[in-house]
Amino acid sequence: MSAVQQVKFYQVGSHAAGNRLLAPELRSDQADPGRCNALTSGHRACQGCGEALGARYVLDAAQRASGGKVIAVNATGCLEVFSTPYPETSWQLPWLHSLFGNAPAVAAGVAAALRAKGRTDIRVVGQGGDGGTVDIGLGCLSGMFERGDDVFYVCYDNEAYMNTGVQRSGATPPTARTATTQAVGEDPGAPFGQGKSLPLIAMAHEIPYVATATVAGLRDLEAKVHRAMGLRGARYLHVLVPCPLGWGTASCDTVRIARLAEQSGLFPVFEARDGEVTDVTPLRRRVPVEDYLRPQKRYAHLFEPEVRTDVIARLQRAADRNIARFGLLAHKEASS
Amino acid sequence: MLKQTEGSRAVAETVAYCRPEVIAAYPISPQTHIVEELSRLVKSGVLGPCEYVNVESEFAAMSMCIGASAAGARTYTATASQGLLYMVEALYNASGLGLPIVMTVANRAIGAPINIWNDHSDTMSQRDSGWIQLYARDNQEAADLHPQAFRLAEELSLPVMVCMDGFVLTHAWERIEVPEQAQVDAFLPPYEPRQVLDPDEPVSIGAMVGPEAFTEVRYLAHAKQMRALEAIPDIAREFRQAFGRDSGGLIHPYRCEFADTIVVALGSVLGTVCDVVDEMREAGVRIGALGITSFRPFPLEAVRTVLGNAQRVVVLERALAVGIGGIVSANVRTALSGIRLDGHTVVAGLGGRPITKDSLHRLFTDAIAGRLGQLEFLDLDTELVERELARMARTRRSGPSAENILRDLGSNR
Ligand SMILES: Cc1ncc(C[n+]2csc(CCOP(=O)(O)OP(=O)(O)O)c2C)c(N)n1
Ligand code: SF4
Repeated sequence: MSAVQQVKFYQVGSHAAGNRLLAPELRSDQADPGRCNALTSGHRACQGCGEALGARYVLDAAQRASGGKVIAVNATGCLEVFSTPYPETSWQLPWLHSLFGNAPAVAAGVAAALRAKGRTDIRVVGQGGDGGTVDIGLGCLSGMFERGDDVFYVCYDNEAYMNTGVQRSGATPPTARTATTQAVGEDPGAPFGQGKSLPLIAMAHEIPYVATATVAGLRDLEAKVHRAMGLRGARYLHVLVPCPLGWGTASCDTVRIARLAEQSGLFPVFEARDGEVTDVTPLRRRVPVEDYLRPQKRYAHLFEPEVRTDVIARLQRAADRNIARFGLLAHKEASS
Repeated sequence: MLKQTEGSRAVAETVAYCRPEVIAAYPISPQTHIVEELSRLVKSGVLGPCEYVNVESEFAAMSMCIGASAAGARTYTATASQGLLYMVEALYNASGLGLPIVMTVANRAIGAPINIWNDHSDTMSQRDSGWIQLYARDNQEAADLHPQAFRLAEELSLPVMVCMDGFVLTHAWERIEVPEQAQVDAFLPPYEPRQVLDPDEPVSIGAMVGPEAFTEVRYLAHAKQMRALEAIPDIAREFRQAFGRDSGGLIHPYRCEFADTIVVALGSVLGTVCDVVDEMREAGVRIGALGITSFRPFPLEAVRTVLGNAQRVVVLERALAVGIGGIVSANVRTALSGIRLDGHTVVAGLGGRPITKDSLHRLFTDAIAGRLGQLEFLDLDTELVERELARMARTRRSGPSAENILRDLGSNR
């Protein structure tokens, strides 16, 4: 069996999809009891934190892809704060935190040091939240892309500044309620027409690899990490990581919500090489955006006191635009 | 090798002999010639293996140095003025993480109004950043301080700034003894990091620290700097043995024995000050000068010993602590606590204004005659500032003073 063989199952968030039913070489990195477990348990993340999940998935896969030779550089944010409460650390790999806005440059510095020392075996992963990545760290990230520094940078996008108490970021979607885009006034929540797509900005740098993923697609995420680690130069992965606290979702729903983001078309999952989209994950079962919005308290004002069909329709149009733009229904218009 | 060369170039060559493995480069006057020359030295293979990285900002430059240093590479950058301020957040981080980065600062004023010429506003603003700060008196010392800075940084695990006056030193051509590679190699062993990012021995660096230990961590940062008070003279002594030159150290007293008046200063102005001291000594005036090389850590004991027996101290400040006066003098006052003597703060040479021998003669004579206030601005155009002050008193919309002053100067001509 070759590793590229398509695995025909769909994680449904229940016990139904057992990696254990597969041949060992086809199991996910997470299914391997001998995996390195880059981020050990005992950290202080909220229950059901998508970022904790995403970081472990990504780093375990990166470790496996590089034979355990990874140095991680972290921006300030939830992931950093909950993983290293002095005098403890959850990191099983060498890990460096410097500031909120400089993780890409610090990672580039680590890569430069390794290059100067001729250590081609050790790989560098930079990571940060959406705030650290799309806002304050964007200059450093763009510099890292532009120079082609040998860093795999991962953004864990929970669509707001969670560590400081859920304020808006440049990745906060329209209408979402945050502490600085309150659910009051005529257009409650984050305004339409603001913010940015960092995957598209990354692609504009024509770096070798850009991809998006969610914590709902474990295999897809791991495969993307392996592909990125197989390349050299500046590589970028943008992972959607729902935040139960900030989004107002049940801590058991993180994976389900991430899947709904993907299946509604609001969060397109794709892959790009040298600035061109090369692959998309088609919607397996298209869902209306309402299904995604309803379980989240940050969108509660769209449903109470009255249902804002106008706003929901506008969000649906945004999802439809993504679906058309990335060809997310390329093969079949699945019924929902 | 003795050469007629530019200050920046001598520094760049000496830095190259220190074998940095990562250099982060971003241009700003008057520092540019240093990174330009280093780019040439790396590209032409004189210095290697070395990663010379052109970054997109000074914030990125210092951040890159943080990563490189934590990964175990000897790391260097250079900046000035706005560039130094642009990296401030990372500066504190580098020292907090105990990373032995060496940085040359080509001292320059800070805007607004924008001004590219020399004073010490930039580095003085970083006096509490946890970096060691060494100030060069001349280009020979500027070059010589670099191997010492790397030694110091790596022995103590602390970052070091070598401060050299912009243009006055960086762009001045002089006869400079540039060390040879073998000499530097003998003086400066390869960097052996205390704690390094290594997959074989994983550590977490940069953890979050709460109230239960933060004070202790800061105390230790202070204690480490205090250890530098011994390391700096030790290293300077070793340097003298190896290179035969007096460079570095904590302070440089000049004709301070039996001096009633002592002038304290940092950097290149010391040359002029010492000339004036010589002339006044010849005229029978009991005057001396005290150069401070290590501003951080501040050598309280050494300064106290030299100044303690004087009757008056004049501190020449190349920066202004707005709203209070002098920065260096506040530190000198700490050194002299309990000792009664006349103290004068003189703000001089801001934004590149020349400090002439004539002005200094007048200044020191006034000080000795008891005509000097506590805070003075050397060669201040009092008429000009009085006019602006009057305008400010007249109208609530006085506008930016620089523009008003320019208008006044224009209409006078
Ligand atoms: C220069 C600076 N500004 C602001 C902060 C405060 N701060 C710390 S983390 C953070 C937000 C982090 O948000 P994000 O990057 O999205 O990560 P998350 O916590 O959501 O995982 C902010 C604003 C800081 N540490 N440094
Ligand atoms: S606030 Fe959100 S991102 Fe932060 S630890 Fe909690 S769930 Fe995770």
